[in-house]
Amino acid sequence: MNGLTVFALTGVGLLVIGLWALVLRAHLIRKVLALNVMGSGVFLVLVGAGAAPDPVPQAMVITGIVVTVSATALALALVLRIDTATGKPTLPEDRERDLMDEHWQ
Amino acid sequence: MQTERDPCEPGVVLRGMLAVLLACVACGLCWLLWSAPLAPGLGDAVRAASAQSGIANPVTAVLLDFRGYDTLLEIAVMTSTLVGVWALGPAPKLHERPPSPVLLGLDSALIPFAAVICGYLLWVGATRAGGAFQAGSVLAATGVLFILSGRRPRLGLPDAPMRWGVVLGLATFLVVALAVMGDGRQFLEYPPGSTKTLILVIEAAATVSIAVILAGLFIGGRPDREP
Repeated sequence: MNGLTVFALTGVGLLVIGLWALVLRAHLIRKVLALNVMGSGVFLVLVGAGAAPDPVPQAMVITGIVVTVSATALALALVLRIDTATGKPTLPEDRERDLMDEHWQ
Repeated sequence: MQTERDPCEPGVVLRGMLAVLLACVACGLCWLLWSAPLAPGLGDAVRAASAQSGIANPVTAVLLDFRGYDTLLEIAVMTSTLVGVWALGPAPKLHERPPSPVLLGLDSALIPFAAVICGYLLWVGATRAGGAFQAGSVLAATGVLFILSGRRPRLGLPDAPMRWGVVLGLATFLVVALAVMGDGRQFLEYPPGSTKTLILVIEAAATVSIAVILAGLFIGGRPDREP
């Protein structure tokens, strides 16, 4: 018996998709969303890797979800603050980039 | 189809390198999951010990009894998150338009139900899926409905500042954890027999705090009346 279940495979996929968006997208809200997708992938691997449900990883994932929600709220508040302070919801090195990805296809 | 690329955008080479890197990460993780032997897990250990905790639901037992320290720190994380959001500035204005009558009608149908669901989830956490976090989320959703509709609950609640509700859960958890320390027991080591009562007290306080914190995070800044 190995840990490569459908759930774990989906989790790895979500992790990779989230990492891709986190690196490439300039808009900070997209980066926050990408972090959330990555987190969901990690939780899915944690819960779905075993054969039988195990209460300890499940409790860890509940803790993780709550911490993720808190961190997302703080991140969104920071994004709003950056937007009001600088006029653009990006990191300084991404100021000139096209935030809505309208120009690359 | 636009072929001209902004010089600031990451180029095809960079994207390709990232794709190869991520494919390697995915393959490595899959190989690890495929080849590594599975540990037996802690499920049996939890089942063996759950008789002594008085909580039938293994997830709740792990959360508040065996790994109570994690949960304590988690509530501390939530509290400090709200402090961080409040430190960033005052809350943005939400009420630019009057709420729609549909929302108000939905409120009066949903809010009483939400209170009942919250109490049920809190109580049922001992035996089945439920617990402080689930109940707190439902209560927080009620708070968000109140915020969106601009109504105020007419329950004769004491007009206390929000920060009391925010720290209630963490404070109760800490007080209980310290109070059980006599008789040679350690921090968070509940005395046998009263485990369930203590966990219920902590969960009830944590539910209120989680609800207040999540609703406060929804507001997105320091409310007007908080210093």
